[in-house]
Amino acid sequence: MKFTLSWLRDHLETEASLAHITETLSAIGLEVESVEDRAQALAPFRIARVIEAVPHPDADRLRACRVEIGAGAPVSVVCGAPNARAGMKTVFAPPGSVIPGSGVTLKIGKIRGVESAGMLLSLRELGLGEDHAGIIELPEAAPVGETYAGWAGLDDPVIEIAVTPNRGDALAVRGIARDLAAAGLGRLKPWSAPAVAARFASPLAWRIDWPEACPYVLGRSFRGLTNRPSPDWLAARLRAIGLRPINALVDITNFFTFDLGRPLHVFDSKKIIGSEMVIRRGAGETLRALNNRDYRLEHEDCVIADAAGPRSLAGIMGGVESGCDDATTEMFLECAFFDPVRIGQSGRRLQILSDARSRFERGIDPALLPDAVEAASRMILDLCGGEASEVVGAGAAPPWQRRAALRFARLRDLGGVAIAPETAIARLAALGFPLVERDAAGAVFAVPSWRNDIAAAGALDLAPSIPADRAASLADSVAAIVPEADLVEEVLRLGGLDAVPPVSLPRPTPVPGASLTAAGMRSALARRALAARGLAECVSFAFMARNDAARFGETPAELRLLNPIAADLDQLRPTPLAVLAHALARNLARGAEDVALFEIGPGFAPGSTPSGAREIAAGLRAGAPPRHWATPARAFDAFDAKADALAVLAALGVAPDSLATVAEAPAHYHPGRAGTLRLGPRNVLAAFGELHPEVTAALDLAGAVAAFEIFLDAIPAAKRRRRAAPDLAALQPVRRDFAFLAAHDVTAEAVLRAARGAERGLITGVSLFDVYAGPPLPAGEKSLAIEVVLQPRERALTDAEIEAISGRIVAAVTAATGARLRG
Amino acid sequence: MTDDLAALHHAAEHDIAAAADLRALEAVRVALLGKTGRLTALLKTLGSLPAEARREQGARVNAVKETLIAALEARRAALEAAALAARLAAERIDVTLPARPSEIGLIHPISRTMDEIAAIFGAMGFTVAEGPDIETDWHNFGALNIPPHHPARADHDTFYLPPGGEGDGPPRVLRTHTSPVQMRTMLAETPPIRIIAMGRTYRADHDATHSPMFHQCEGLVIDRAITLGHLKGCLIDFLRAFFGLPDLPVRFRASYFPFTEPSMEVDIGWNRRSGELGRGGDWLEILGSGMVHAKVLANGGIDPRAWQGFAFGMGIERITMLKHGINDLRPFFESDLRWLRHYGFSPLAPAMLHEGV
Repeated sequence: MKFTLSWLRDHLETEASLAHITETLSAIGLEVESVEDRAQALAPFRIARVIEAVPHPDADRLRACRVEIGAGAPVSVVCGAPNARAGMKTVFAPPGSVIPGSGVTLKIGKIRGVESAGMLLSLRELGLGEDHAGIIELPEAAPVGETYAGWAGLDDPVIEIAVTPNRGDALAVRGIARDLAAAGLGRLKPWSAPAVAARFASPLAWRIDWPEACPYVLGRSFRGLTNRPSPDWLAARLRAIGLRPINALVDITNFFTFDLGRPLHVFDSKKIIGSEMVIRRGAGETLRALNNRDYRLEHEDCVIADAAGPRSLAGIMGGVESGCDDATTEMFLECAFFDPVRIGQSGRRLQILSDARSRFERGIDPALLPDAVEAASRMILDLCGGEASEVVGAGAAPPWQRRAALRFARLRDLGGVAIAPETAIARLAALGFPLVERDAAGAVFAVPSWRNDIAAAGALDLAPSIPADRAASLADSVAAIVPEADLVEEVLRLGGLDAVPPVSLPRPTPVPGASLTAAGMRSALARRALAARGLAECVSFAFMARNDAARFGETPAELRLLNPIAADLDQLRPTPLAVLAHALARNLARGAEDVALFEIGPGFAPGSTPSGAREIAAGLRAGAPPRHWATPARAFDAFDAKADALAVLAALGVAPDSLATVAEAPAHYHPGRAGTLRLGPRNVLAAFGELHPEVTAALDLAGAVAAFEIFLDAIPAAKRRRRAAPDLAALQPVRRDFAFLAAHDVTAEAVLRAARGAERGLITGVSLFDVYAGPPLPAGEKSLAIEVVLQPRERALTDAEIEAISGRIVAAVTAATGARLRG
Repeated sequence: MTDDLAALHHAAEHDIAAAADLRALEAVRVALLGKTGRLTALLKTLGSLPAEARREQGARVNAVKETLIAALEARRAALEAAALAARLAAERIDVTLPARPSEIGLIHPISRTMDEIAAIFGAMGFTVAEGPDIETDWHNFGALNIPPHHPARADHDTFYLPPGGEGDGPPRVLRTHTSPVQMRTMLAETPPIRIIAMGRTYRADHDATHSPMFHQCEGLVIDRAITLGHLKGCLIDFLRAFFGLPDLPVRFRASYFPFTEPSMEVDIGWNRRSGELGRGGDWLEILGSGMVHAKVLANGGIDPRAWQGFAFGMGIERITMLKHGINDLRPFFESDLRWLRHYGFSPLAPAMLHEGV
């Protein structure tokens, strides 16, 4: 909402400075978005007359001018403008002034030997437009020596505020003035609209066929009009707030839209067919609106139609064919009350943003219609002559009368600041809330017609789980509390919320407990574990291109956005890995050699959890580990990913021995170089491995990518229990190495598991330290070398005992896997 | 005999001095003092001497033996020292060679900020609540007093998803704010409530200052006697702790949100030109807040005549950018390692109040 300071002063009698006004507007909820005070920037520039303009002796394109600037002797100015000529009126910039268009500070200088003591300005140099073909030309009547801004009406500061959806009344200069007056910045000037005499019977009448969309409408016919450009004051005001003056009749409707927040519409009566203006539903007709675009009017759109069809999209935009132009002599004025919800719906569906729509959808003052018609009539007759008919109407103003009660103590108990009852009553009175009754504890106020946000009816939207009797009592409470809270807000905001003393929250306990949930704790630990292992954390979009997502999992339609912002951001990702893979490709393409990334976030899959998303810690490593003089070069492989996954699981309290590695992984992994880590047969805690070559090829990635996904929701909560005493055996452990010859498909885990189980009490550790296949071993076989740690308890083991245990280990491994001890 | 001893002594001292390394010295020692050594042999001959001569000669031989043992030890020490010096010299390495790499990774600035928020609000007795990214229309809008035709809905630029499950319900939404977690908390807990909820939020808006996905932090406090004063105190306490500026100017302006009343926006003082926080005379809007609307409480099953409280919501990217002087929003989500290395945080210094956030 834009307005000028002088327009505000039409309604507000105030001594307050511009700065005070804008500060107050922001404080009371009418947030100032910008203040354009051109007077200051334009102050140095005055109207001047070129006395003489002769060609510069030393430059073809320049002219040496003598310029009359009002006070003092004429000055010499060298000017390059082709239109500079003797006798013209233009704008002069004295030395020391800053040119708005360029930011340059002018100095007295000599241009090729001729003194230049100032500059003649183009529109662009003034910062007022794009025209730079020549210096600005002013009419002969422009007074030499006056400030240009003052003469051109550019010294009226323009204020733009953001109006919140609840404040339809603040889309009017008068509404803003009322708020400022109530906030103590002056006095709201009285306003009235004396009736304009009816000179004839209106040839047009109203009929409402759709009262739900339009309960009330007034109209008036005019004849003998002379439509012409608006007078300067009106045109300047409209221009200042960004509207283009069209003609007096149209400009008058725009004036009242902003002045009173009261949209009006004018039809050229000669273009109307028949004698009835009907307010009805659309029926599939097409209307060319004033923005010169065609709109199809549907059943849910409210239109104003004559015998020929719709002439206006009610409350949103008029039709071009029935509009008023310079030839208009007879006119029909429309002043209606439209249903806010329907206007909003139609406006959204047709994607029309108009000043009328933004007011109707917030709700206009239902009591203002008769006065608005009279005020508009007065201005129409003043500017266009002619005479007015009687006022015709249909329907009736919807009931708006409501009351709201305030217990004064609530200002302190809800608002946090004690305010004297008299102050509260005075502030509300200034906003137009008449006091109906009061006692020591509280007061009842009538709600003014223009505040449809106060004590408004409105249904609750209770959680379905709330039982009916409870619902009734909650509704009672809301009915009692909401109007009061509305009033508390009004009283508080007018005094400024900075007046409320801040109070630190009392602490519920002297030392607070942990604030994270178990899930939050898991994510935090996983994050630190992965970052500590050298991976950089990413946070990336949860949606991506459907085809790219499909390489990493299911892409069901129910996880596809109905209104994606871009075609390549339409599918919720099945796993963060899918997005990370693209980030990896981008980093490698930029020249990164060693990329290790991770992200902890949702992977979407219907039915995976009640929320439809799993929390996944995903990561990948690619490129080559940094080359080092002491370490042989190598590529990342599945075991880097396995290490990352195991490190996170260990950090989250999953004992490594409790995990089984299964050589099965989701389809985006290399089927032979990937696995899952499971707790028991079903519970998959993580997947790891090299990405499938087809996936890496699709991403233009050369070389293997080691990736992992840890399904954080699947990890059982670490139990917090007292730990058993540690096993601190006094005797030295005994270590024995075994090399087994096994078939190629025997897994390391099977060998290790069998060895470990051979003598549970004594064996405290089993680890694999070498794998070998190739000559001289038989084809299809491999050697697995393991170390077994035996921990004697009571006494040292004898050689014979160690031999016996070794025998049992070999037997167990052989029984489980068919592997035999290498000779 | 005496001359033999003297000659032996002389020759032995020469041999010891001449021993070039420990092995040669050992050979000298064995040749003198071993089972068949010359001095050992000389000692053996003592037995054949008469008692008087034996004592006299014995003393002399032993004296020579002591001297030679000492000489052997001295030479051994010298040779060992030389050998060690030689070994150390041979083992010399170029200590300026680079160490084996062990790169430490990074925590994303958004995660860091969320940790800091949790730490500060945690100290004020808040716990962290969570909710899903895919929400029902009711949780995201209806319950929060934003009915279907409310103009505020148009401001939310909502992403819609087809109905889930049977497919006959209303479209689901990607939550446009973290406020649905308010509803989930109200329905799951009984007051008093003191939670924050942080996470991803989504709006169909993409330009230099808007990302279709961003992060919010929601706060909700419900109790018997919570007032707007507590809301102001809580937010001032947080903002000053988060930015580490005990005198940070904080300004409150009346505003409107469907789910709070009274509502207010919160500004902090800064310098628009330099970006410096805390002074400069300009104001920067940083979050929205208010007393929870009675309808919202009722929708969540809480009696607004018995309970009241406040709620707030702030953009996590915004406060992160302000705190660390990051100018551009877009790289937050681009996973460019160069940016991450520049702005990321060490995992070994998690946000802890006693170390300072």
